Amino acid sequence: MATTKASGGPAIATTPATLSYQYLAFGALVAFFLVAPFFIYPVFLMKALCFGLFASAFNLLVGYVGLLSFGHAIFLGSAGYATAHAAKVWGFPPELAILVGTAAAGALGALIGAIAIRRQGIYFAMTTLALAQMLYFFALQAPFTGGEDGIQAVPRGTMFGVLDLGQTMTMYWVVLGIFLGGFLLVYRTIHSPMGQVLKAIRENEPRAVSLGYKVDQYKLVAFVLSAALSGLAGGTKALVFQLASLTDVHWTMSGEVVLMTLLGGLGTVFGPVVGAFVMVTLEHYLAQLGAWVTIVQGIIFVICVLTFRRGIVGELARILKKPL
Amino acid sequence: MVIARILGLLAVVLVAAPAHAQITGNVIKIGVLNDQSRLYADITGQGSVLAARMAVEDAGGKVAGAPVEVVFADHQDKPDVGSSIVRQWIDRDGVDAVVDVPTSSVALAVSGVVREKNKVFLISGAASSDLSGKACSPNSVHWTYDTWALANGTGNAVVKAGGDTWFFLTADYAFGHALERDTSAVVKANGGKVLGAVRHPLETSDFSSFLLQAQASKAKVIGLANAGGDTINAIKQAAEFGIVKGGQKLAGLLIFITDIHSLGLKTAQGLQLTESFYWDLNDQTRAWSKKFAERHGGKMPTMVQAGVYAAVTHYLKALAQTKSDADGKAVVAKMKEMPTDDPLFGKGTVRADGRKIHPMYLFEVKAPEASKGPWDYYKMVRQIPAAEAFRPLDQGGCELVKK
Amino acid sequence: MFGIPPQALFGQLLLGLINGAFYAMLSLGLAVIFGLLNIINFAHGAQYMMGAFAAWFLLTHAGLGYWWALILAPLAVGLLGILLERTMLRRLYHLDHLYGLLLTFGLALVIQGLFQNQYGSSGQPYLIPAELQGGRNLGFMVLPNYRAWVVVLSLAVCLATWYVIERTKLGAYLRAATENPTLVRAFGVNVPRMITLTYGFGVGLAALAGVLAAPIYQVSPLMGADLIIVVFAVVVIGGMGSIMGAIVTGFALGLVEGLTKVFYPEASKTVIFVIMAVVLLLKPAGLFGRAS
Repeated sequence: MATTKASGGPAIATTPATLSYQYLAFGALVAFFLVAPFFIYPVFLMKALCFGLFASAFNLLVGYVGLLSFGHAIFLGSAGYATAHAAKVWGFPPELAILVGTAAAGALGALIGAIAIRRQGIYFAMTTLALAQMLYFFALQAPFTGGEDGIQAVPRGTMFGVLDLGQTMTMYWVVLGIFLGGFLLVYRTIHSPMGQVLKAIRENEPRAVSLGYKVDQYKLVAFVLSAALSGLAGGTKALVFQLASLTDVHWTMSGEVVLMTLLGGLGTVFGPVVGAFVMVTLEHYLAQLGAWVTIVQGIIFVICVLTFRRGIVGELARILKKPL
Repeated sequence: MVIARILGLLAVVLVAAPAHAQITGNVIKIGVLNDQSRLYADITGQGSVLAARMAVEDAGGKVAGAPVEVVFADHQDKPDVGSSIVRQWIDRDGVDAVVDVPTSSVALAVSGVVREKNKVFLISGAASSDLSGKACSPNSVHWTYDTWALANGTGNAVVKAGGDTWFFLTADYAFGHALERDTSAVVKANGGKVLGAVRHPLETSDFSSFLLQAQASKAKVIGLANAGGDTINAIKQAAEFGIVKGGQKLAGLLIFITDIHSLGLKTAQGLQLTESFYWDLNDQTRAWSKKFAERHGGKMPTMVQAGVYAAVTHYLKALAQTKSDADGKAVVAKMKEMPTDDPLFGKGTVRADGRKIHPMYLFEVKAPEASKGPWDYYKMVRQIPAAEAFRPLDQGGCELVKK
Repeated sequence: MFGIPPQALFGQLLLGLINGAFYAMLSLGLAVIFGLLNIINFAHGAQYMMGAFAAWFLLTHAGLGYWWALILAPLAVGLLGILLERTMLRRLYHLDHLYGLLLTFGLALVIQGLFQNQYGSSGQPYLIPAELQGGRNLGFMVLPNYRAWVVVLSLAVCLATWYVIERTKLGAYLRAATENPTLVRAFGVNVPRMITLTYGFGVGLAALAGVLAAPIYQVSPLMGADLIIVVFAVVVIGGMGSIMGAIVTGFALGLVEGLTKVFYPEASKTVIFVIMAVVLLLKPAGLFGRAS
């Protein structure tokens, strides 16, 4: 798909000077999240971090490989169920429970990815949507997911036997750690040799094939990685809210992550995090407005598509002439 | 600045820990959490917020020397959104009581948070009878209705009137299953038979196939174990296919007056349903509802909105006694200890499992000719006395009930 | 068959066909818009809802009944669509599908939110017109007259649209304009206006389906919210941009869904996606689409 042609960021070559810009931005990001919990409600920040990681993982696929998945919620949600089940029913400690969730999402990613990557463009998106809808039906029917009540009262437990996650601030630092770990992994992947191949596939797939790259394998690895990281976000979210529910596997969630990524800036490193933060803020602070929430959200999307298609970070990068 | 914040947080933690006999933050905050933008916005929504405000006004705006404030938010029918709003309300905004919360999944999630933080949860919009059963909590009161009471009210009456064979159209989710299960039990206990059931996905628009299956079953009664748009679509299409004319009866297990309003009497006439409140019950309900409608665009209150008013009223009365809102359990214990008395539900009690006890009513929807105007929709068939309206205390499996 | 008497099965199939009529009409509009504008119109569900609301509005505020609504509602909603195309969609033709999809998705949110604020969520009453009340006993089932009317009208509209686009000169211009707008413009055809009118027509089809739905489904702001992905799936299965594909698939999926409602009702909303996954695997361009 030519989706990413409109995004300015990645077209600019990555030189050491631009890298230092990115380090600067990364430093600012870390500093913000270190100080923020003293001013902003930590549970809200944790939600933003989980969605930030989710959107970053999604962006790895759409922004750098050019594969628009329209069923990504399934990885977020199924990892949530797996983590919640492991923590509540099997009594796993949180680190293992999150691992179970991540692994489950990764395995699902391998399955769905293997089927979906045979198709391109809109047909790829539709295949992921179809498979995700089937899994949604499974989540609705399977007894262990608790139907529309979900899995509630999931114990947060004690991480590594020492960190009591029942304490909000402890939970916050752990979530921040997970987020930064996942974010750096995405960043490393983009800037690795594999990332270069992925970008080459996005720009011109037949050419990548003719150069001898096994395109399907690269795509599958990227898909599984993206799914597993989405799962990491979903598992963490399930522990934060002590809840795994149908909301996270519904197709509207798949739509929301597209919007987060687009709003922040498709194919930019920091865009998805910014987009997620803006979306979560909207949902959170507009909750007082009732039905106006959807209207305001809708207007933002319209304005975004009509006036700044590169997204917030993408436009910023264009102004600074540096990839962010 | 940062240090001041941390100190502030610490101070809050230290103050909140022991149950001081006073009003925390010198203000009583009531948070109305419900659906403002989706399926249940008409049944709960801004109407519930208005009802809470009216309760506060009627209590004089002040209790135990502290002003009472009402805040509200939209949970969008999502449990995670609901529970995170409630966490923030309690942690940061000093909310003392959460009110309403339609859809059982959100209510269950909120109940967990409120219990953990030891505040008060006044449930009006949610239906699951588990909220005063398996999932009961010393911090909640379930006010208006529940699935057991609905099943009991409608099921009982319809079987007694000769409708002894049933076929269910059930929404395929926990709430629908619970309604079907509870109603089946009532039907069987009264000597009736359940001939079959079909589970349809939530928010189905076309029911003709299911109605045809119900028709083929030859059951005398078609029980609608669903809600909102699903029920409305099923009733609309039953009229189209001549189900009622063909001799079968429809029994709606969860129908609100706003649903009847949107169906129109021509389509809805003859339908039997159970509610715990109707604006035209007596002089007091009429007077209150008139005041309500004037401030709510002419719309009459639903039973959920009435329940919010009554629950907040009783909560404020209990606060006036305890003179402290710090210990949610103690306030709820007080609410259970004091008999309730309000203009909408009359005299009643709150049981040990948190279940509010009052009469329920079986109504029949009037024919268009019999209605005197908008909102004049119901004819009372039977008052179900408080003693038999709700599930007996020992059958719910609530941990708070001493065996 | 499977313990169900053949007559009952026949009835169920007929009902499936009737539901298919709605899918066909909605997916037809979506396919026309996609085929000629390259826009995935995610506001289609909202426009369908507006059609139903327009019918209700005409009845309660202007005293104009069903038959008037059948003409006026699609016109009014179609005009609104033209306005949207002129002011917003027009700027997106040179971009990827994704942006059109996002814009129309945003518009759908705004439209639904506004209606929700104004009219609440529980819906408005709308009765079957007097001329079409009652039903006909077919022996195996009672077929309501209104349903028969829906099937006949939608078949007529679908076939007429197909004929105009695939078999007339106007249709040829349209198809040519999507292939090569510059060339067609050189022939003196006003291409932008043609595209605008096409969008208006597609939206009008959605509104017409909305009017047809008003007497039998709940007329509420969210009535089209979930419909859009189902209809979109129909278009994908039929082959994106294929007019006949959308029509045939619409009716066929109505049938399949009808059968699912008998044998495994819980899955009746999911079966369409199972079919979509299978079709995409075996025949990526859809049943009637040409591989690009």
